[in-house]
Amino acid sequence: MKIKLIDIAHGRSGDKGDAANVGIIAYDDKGYKIIDKYLTVEKVKKHFHGICFGEVERYELPNIRALNFVLNNTLGGGGTVSLKHDAQGKTLAAALLRMEIEVNGNELN
Amino acid sequence: MKEKIRIASGQGFWGDLIDAPVKQVTEGEIDYLVMDYLAEVTMSILQKQKNKNPQFGYARDIPDLMERILPVCKEKNIKVITNGGGVNPEGCANAIIEVANKLGIKNLKVAVVLGDNIKDRIDEIIYEGCQLNNMETGESILPVKDKLLSANVYFGAKPIVEALQNGADIVITGRTTDTGLTLAPMVYEFGWDWNNYDLISAGTVAGHILECGGQASGGNLLADWESIDLVDIGFPIAEAYPSGEVIITKHESLGGKVSFETVAEQLVYEIGDPEEYITPDCVADFTSIKLEDLGNNRVRVYDVKGKPETEFFKVSCSFADGYSASGQLTYTWPKALTKANAADKILRERLQNLELEFEEIRTEFVGYDSCHGPLSKELSEDDINEVVFKIAVRSHDYKAVERFGKEIAPLILTGPPSVTGFAGGRPKPSEVVAYWPALIPKKLIEPSVKILEL
Repeated sequence: MKIKLIDIAHGRSGDKGDAANVGIIAYDDKGYKIIDKYLTVEKVKKHFHGICFGEVERYELPNIRALNFVLNNTLGGGGTVSLKHDAQGKTLAAALLRMEIEVNGNELN
Repeated sequence: MKEKIRIASGQGFWGDLIDAPVKQVTEGEIDYLVMDYLAEVTMSILQKQKNKNPQFGYARDIPDLMERILPVCKEKNIKVITNGGGVNPEGCANAIIEVANKLGIKNLKVAVVLGDNIKDRIDEIIYEGCQLNNMETGESILPVKDKLLSANVYFGAKPIVEALQNGADIVITGRTTDTGLTLAPMVYEFGWDWNNYDLISAGTVAGHILECGGQASGGNLLADWESIDLVDIGFPIAEAYPSGEVIITKHESLGGKVSFETVAEQLVYEIGDPEEYITPDCVADFTSIKLEDLGNNRVRVYDVKGKPETEFFKVSCSFADGYSASGQLTYTWPKALTKANAADKILRERLQNLELEFEEIRTEFVGYDSCHGPLSKELSEDDINEVVFKIAVRSHDYKAVERFGKEIAPLILTGPPSVTGFAGGRPKPSEVVAYWPALIPKKLIEPSVKILEL
């Protein structure tokens, strides 16, 4: 079955030079198992096609049920160089939460 | 030794809620007020202000704020620590002394942390063998060396601790890490050993939670933001214990919220590898942090682990790198998006016909897909009420950027219909400030502390 990431997780994003960081936090342990399994580097890279033009790095923080993604080459140069409306990537956590994931029904229980 | 201290965050950036620090000192008990005023871009702005007037170059909100809070801080023995000294911490301290004089306050020690500003020492530092290569690209600094607007070393908590040991009531620094402002009072009050990296990391993590003000107490929260009173948001407070355990909380009388979610979101904000959170004081491991929501706006942060500090300070240099400008117009139904696209095409052709050189021209449709790009939901043209056509350019040719600014308004009378939203005059070129991050061996830099007494 299909679930929306926004129903099982929240998060926050910001800038690190021309890279954006997107931290995604699951609301509970089940949710963390799902994001840990399904939010792979490949899946996140594909999701941000046309937004992130560099490598995606993935880090795990199981202690707070979180994953941290660093999206390189994303902010149009970063800082005051960037001409982007969202030059600091502040809205990219919400953008990642748009994702829908196909899970097994028993993973939700 | 005190059994606990309460450290309150008063500002998350220069431009934050003006009354937040006032409420932190009046609405409940705290021992320290810490305020972060410096973003990377701030240093270059402050340097420009100082170039125009040598007395400026610090966050000029500070004297006004001090006038409001100094009597309370003095009465309650609250110490104030801030990096709002920018590129002129001495000027900031002098302004505070002036305010204290005006208020008739006696026995005040204001400490100034100096030595972070290395703009005038670049040649000497290169001569001493530190190349200041760009730590991200590896490029040599030589081509930009003479264009630098600012160059500052990020200090940690050490010089602030020295200031506190000298009896400072107020500590004004230049470029100090946001985390160092919060860590310093813990090291000072609890006598923590600099080599106990778990404790130093615990204080650093508390600093990371506090450094963006209201972002840890309900602001910018993607979780249950709708249920929180944000009008009178209380900024976060770190209640620190000698064991390294910290409770994140806020004043009861104020709005906002402190929960697992509010703290967790701030923990992941602007981090890279969570096992390597590098500061001048330690390398904290964010994967070791344990969080426990105790209810009643109290979240326990404990069991933090860390590793030794590195041998380097980070240096942040800024330099002028051309000009940019941005303009916008609003198009409405019917066919709002088609009109905005047409305006973009017309404007770009006009710029081309003028043979102007730009390094980048960027068009975005605000209210449609400017933030989430290809991830945005596609709407049928009939469902779009209005779209803001935003176009920005960047160039090293000032005249090209200036001329671009003159080409926006004419679209109102000579472009697609049902257009409005041109206010505030022609967009003016603004200077693009680019960054040069580098590393410098700690042994080349000597922070110093100066005490001004009243």
